[in-house]
Amino acid sequence: MIWQSSLPLLVLCSSLLPGLIIFALPESSVRIRTTLNLFGAVTKLALVAWMVWDVYQGHQFETRLQFLPNLDFTLQMGPLSVLFVTLSALLWLVTTIYAIGYLEGSPHRSRFFGFFSLCVTATAGVAMAGNLLTFLLFYEMLTLVTYPLVVHRGTEAARQAGHTYLRYTLPGGVLLLIGTVWLYTVTGTLEFTSRGFLQTVDESQHPALIAIFFLLVMGFGVKAALIPLHGWLPQAMVAPAPVSALLHAVAVVKAGAFGVIRIVYDVYGAEFASQLGVTQPLAILAAITILYGSLRALFQDDLKRRLAYSTISQVSYITLGVAIVGPIATIGGLVHLVHQGLMKITLFFCAGNLAETLGIHKISEMRGVGKRMPLTMAAFTVGALGMIGIPPIAGFISKWYLGLGALEVGQSWVVLVLIASTLLNAAYFLPVLYIVWFCEPDHPWCENRHFDNSETNWTLLLPALATAGMAVAAGLLASLPYTPLEWVRFITHNQFYQ
Amino acid sequence: MLSSTALIWGVALILLPLSGALLTFLFRAVATPIGICVALAINLCTVRLAWLISTQEVPRYPLGGWGAPLGIDLYVDGLSMTLLIMSAVVGLAISCYAPSYFRSARHKLIYFWPLWLFLWTALNALFLSADIFNLYVTLELLSLAAVALAALAGSADALTGAMRYLLVSLLGSLCYLLGVALLYHAYATVDIALLAERVVASPITSAAFGLMMAGLLLKTALFPLHFWLPPAHASAAAPVSALLSALVVKASYYLLLRLWLEVFGNVNVGIDVILGVFGAAAVLWGSLQALRQSRLKLLIAYSTVAQLGYLFVVFPLAAVNANAWQGALYLALSHAFAKAAMFLAAGNMLLFCGHDRIIDLDRVVQRLPLSLSAFALAGVSIIGLPPSGGFIGKWLLLEVAVAHALWGWAVVIVVGGILAAAYVFRVVGHAFTPAKNTHEVHAVPAVMEWVALVLATSSILLGLSAAQTLMLFEVGDPFRILSGEAPS
Amino acid sequence: MSSTFFFALAGIGLFVLGLYGLIIYAHLLRKILAINIMGSGVFLVLAGLAHRLPDGTADPISHAMIITGIVVAVAATALALVLMLQVQHTTGQAVLPEKQKY
Repeated sequence: MIWQSSLPLLVLCSSLLPGLIIFALPESSVRIRTTLNLFGAVTKLALVAWMVWDVYQGHQFETRLQFLPNLDFTLQMGPLSVLFVTLSALLWLVTTIYAIGYLEGSPHRSRFFGFFSLCVTATAGVAMAGNLLTFLLFYEMLTLVTYPLVVHRGTEAARQAGHTYLRYTLPGGVLLLIGTVWLYTVTGTLEFTSRGFLQTVDESQHPALIAIFFLLVMGFGVKAALIPLHGWLPQAMVAPAPVSALLHAVAVVKAGAFGVIRIVYDVYGAEFASQLGVTQPLAILAAITILYGSLRALFQDDLKRRLAYSTISQVSYITLGVAIVGPIATIGGLVHLVHQGLMKITLFFCAGNLAETLGIHKISEMRGVGKRMPLTMAAFTVGALGMIGIPPIAGFISKWYLGLGALEVGQSWVVLVLIASTLLNAAYFLPVLYIVWFCEPDHPWCENRHFDNSETNWTLLLPALATAGMAVAAGLLASLPYTPLEWVRFITHNQFYQ
Repeated sequence: MLSSTALIWGVALILLPLSGALLTFLFRAVATPIGICVALAINLCTVRLAWLISTQEVPRYPLGGWGAPLGIDLYVDGLSMTLLIMSAVVGLAISCYAPSYFRSARHKLIYFWPLWLFLWTALNALFLSADIFNLYVTLELLSLAAVALAALAGSADALTGAMRYLLVSLLGSLCYLLGVALLYHAYATVDIALLAERVVASPITSAAFGLMMAGLLLKTALFPLHFWLPPAHASAAAPVSALLSALVVKASYYLLLRLWLEVFGNVNVGIDVILGVFGAAAVLWGSLQALRQSRLKLLIAYSTVAQLGYLFVVFPLAAVNANAWQGALYLALSHAFAKAAMFLAAGNMLLFCGHDRIIDLDRVVQRLPLSLSAFALAGVSIIGLPPSGGFIGKWLLLEVAVAHALWGWAVVIVVGGILAAAYVFRVVGHAFTPAKNTHEVHAVPAVMEWVALVLATSSILLGLSAAQTLMLFEVGDPFRILSGEAPS
Repeated sequence: MSSTFFFALAGIGLFVLGLYGLIIYAHLLRKILAINIMGSGVFLVLAGLAHRLPDGTADPISHAMIITGIVVAVAATALALVLMLQVQHTTGQAVLPEKQKY
C-alpha cells in the first residue's frame, strides 16, 4: 500500500516541515510557533505509535528513492529503528515543552526551534536509515544542525565550544565516509540486513573488513564519546539546557551509539564480527571509557560537567553490551539506549531548572536546595539513583542484563567493571543527594524569576517529573508488553534465534 | 536531419546573448529588463536543447556551411551540455542579482550588462565549438570580457588585479594558439574529431600538447600558476567575482578536458600523475591560504584555488577508471553553484557591514539570516557533506581511489574536505558572535539574499538528483565509459 | 623545408623574446608590447608553416586564422592600454605591485 511506503517519510516530514516554517516566522509570533512545535511533536509520536503496532505484527515499512546508480536512499522501519525512533519522538515532545518554558522571553527563538526540529528530523533519519549511505547522510546532517544550537548563545565561549564540537565530529564523519566507501568497493552493497551481509565475503578480504570496522567504529565513536574521542562533550556544556538534554539523551550521543549497534548487528552480524575478533577490543575500549568517565566525573564541581562525564561513562554501557556479543548482553546494551536516555534527560532538566530558577551551576551551591525545590530534586534523585543502578529504577535492569550476559559468554571481567562503575557512580551522585537533602543552605537563594505557587515554571517542572516517572515505570513494569525491555527482547530474538 | 533541428537551439544560445549585448549597449535605459529577458530566454533554450540531446542523437552542426575539415562546427554532448546548463542557471542568478547590487552605481550597471552578455556569448560559443581555432577565439573573447568586468569595481586593487589577470590570460591564449599552429601544420585540420583520428605520438604533437596544456593550466589557475586569481576574484564586484569563479575558470578547464579526452588520449604518458600532484598541492595550499585570510572575499577566492585542485586530482584517478571523470564534472558543476552563492552572499555581507573582515562580521546570523544560510549551505557543498552535489563528486572520486587502493589521492580528497570545513565554519562561527567595533549597517534588498539562497540550495539539491545528472553526463559518451575504451 | 623552417624558427624566437620581456620588465607598456611581440611570433609560425598545398599556393585557412588572430590581438591591446591608463590614473604609476597588500 502507498501509505506503507510513505509512512517513514511522513515521520521525517512531521518535524522537518514545522522546522522550516518556524524559520520563516517572526520572533514575536510565539503562539504559532508553540502550536507548530507541539503539533509536529504530537504528530510524530502518533505516527510512530501506529508503526510500533504494525512492526510488532511483523510488517516492515520502507521508503526507497534512487540516490546514486546502485545506491538507494532508503528509510526502513524495523524493530531496531522503532526502538530509537520511539525514544526520540517521545523525548522530543517532552524536551519541546521544556524548551518553550526554558527559553521564554529570550532572543532568537525562531532560529532555535527551527534547528531543534531539524535536529530531531536528523535523529529520526538516523534511526530509520535502511543502508549505511542513508545513515551517513542523516548523521552528517545531525552534526550540522546541532552546531547552531551549541553556539546559540553567541558568546565567545559558545563559539569555541562549537569549534571543538566540529573539530571532533567532522573528522569523525570523514573516517565514516572512508569506511563506507571502502565497504562499498569490497561488497557492492550497503543495505542493512538482519545478522549482517558480510559472511559471504572472500576470506582474503577479511583484513580489509577488520580495518573498515575500526574506521567505522572510530567514526561513530566520536559521537558516542568513546575515549579518546570524547573531548567535545564536556565542552559543549555552554549550550542551553534543552540542547544539552538533546545532545546527551536523544540525539547526538545516541546516534553514535546507534551507529555502533547498526555496524555490529546489521552490517557485520554479531557472530561474524566476533569471529573476526573485532568485538573484544571494542568491549575493552568501552570498559575503559566507562571507568574513565566515572573517574573524571568524581572531580567535577560544575553540575553539567559532572553529568557530561557521567554520560561518557553511561553511553559506553550500550557499546559494551553490543561488544560482548550474546543475546542477554545485547538486551542489556539495547535497553540501556532507552533507559539512559530517560534518566539522563531527567538529570539535565533538573540541572536546567536549578540554573534557570536559582542561578545554581555548581554542586557546591546546591546545599539544601531540596527544601526550596522539592519536586525538581525528587526527579533528580530518581535519575541519580537510576544511574547508580538501584532497583526498581530502569538503570538496574540494564546493568542486570549486562552482567548476566557477560557471565553467559564467560566474560566475567565485565562484571568487575560493572561493580567498579556502580561504586564510582554512587561516589559521584550520592554526595550530591546528601548535600541537596540534608544540608542547610549557607546563603539565601537569589531568585532569578518569581513563580507564585510553584517552585518553578510548570513547563520546566512537568517534563522533569514525566521523564523521572517514565524511568521508574520502565524499571517497575519492565516485563509488561511494549516496554523497552520487552521490545528489546523481541529484537534480540530476531537477531540471535531466528 | 534531427541533429540540425536540435542545434538551432545551440545557435540560439550564441545569438541570444550576443544580440542582448548589442541591445543593452544601445538602449541603456532599459538594459536591465532586456538583460533579464535574455537570461530567461537562454535558460529556455538550454532546457530545450538538453531535452533534445538526451532523447535524440548527439548533434553536430556545420555553421555557415563550412563543415569539417575546414571548421566551423558546433557540437554538443553530455559534457558540454552540463556546462551550458551550469552557465545558464548561474547566469540567470547573476542577472537577477546584479541590478540590485549596482543600484547605487548606475554607471557601472550600464557597462555591466553588455560586458556580461558578451561574456555569456563567448562562454556558450566555447562550450559549443568543435574546432580548436574557434575555441581559441572564444577563449580570448571570454578573457577580454572577464577582464573588463573585473576592472569594473574601479578600485586600485581591482584595476591592478584585472591588469595582471589580462596579461596572464593573454599569455595563456598565445601559448594555446602556438599549439594550435603546430597541430594545424602537422595534421592539416583544426576539427577536434578529425584531429582525434589523425593524431599520432610525435615531437610536434608533444610540443603542441605541452604548449596548449601550459596555456590552459595558467588560465585555470592550477597551483602554482594560481597567483593571479585571488586578487582578481576577490577585488571584483560581487556578481563579477561570482561569475569569474563559477564560470570563467571552468571554461578553460572544459577545453583542457576536451583536448585531453579527444586529442591527446595517447600522448599524455605520465602527465596525469604530475597534474594530480599539482592538484593535490592546490587543494592543500589553497585551503591553508583560505584559512589564513582575514577578509571574506579573499577566503572564498583561495577556496576556489583549492577546489580547482580537485579537478586535477581526478586525472590520475581517471587513468585507472574513467568513471572518475564523472566525479570531476560533478565537482565542477556543484562548485559553480556553491561558489557563486558564496560570493553573492559575501557581497550581501559586504554591502551590509561596509567591510568584509571576518572577525568583525557582527551577528550577521540574525541580521542577514538568508545570506548566512546561503553561505553555510554552499559551504556544505564545498566541504562535500551529504547530500550535496559536492558529496556526490567526492564519493565518485573516492570510490575509484579506494577500489584501486590509491590511498594517497583518497587522503588528499578527504583532508581537503576537512580544511574546507575549517574555513567555512571560521566564517560561520564569527557570524554568531558580536563584533568588537561595530559599523553602520546598510539595508540589503531581499532579492539579493534570495538569489544567493536559491543558488546554494540548488547546489545541495544537485546531490539529490544524482541519477538523472549522471545520465545527462553520459549523453554522447564523452568520457568513453560506455564504449569501455578508457584511456589507459 | 628551409624557408618553412626559417619562418617557424623566427616566429618561435619572437615568442620566446616576448615571453622574456613580459617577465623581465616592470612597466606595463613594455609588458603589453612584449605580449604583442609574442603574438607576432605566433602569427609568423602560422604563416611560415602554411606552405603545404601541392600546387604551391599558400593555404588560405592559415591566413584566415592569422587575420582573426590579429583582430583579437588589436582588441586585447586596446583593452590593455585603457586598463594601463586607469592603473596609472589610480595608483600613480604604470607598474603592478610586487606583493599584494592584504
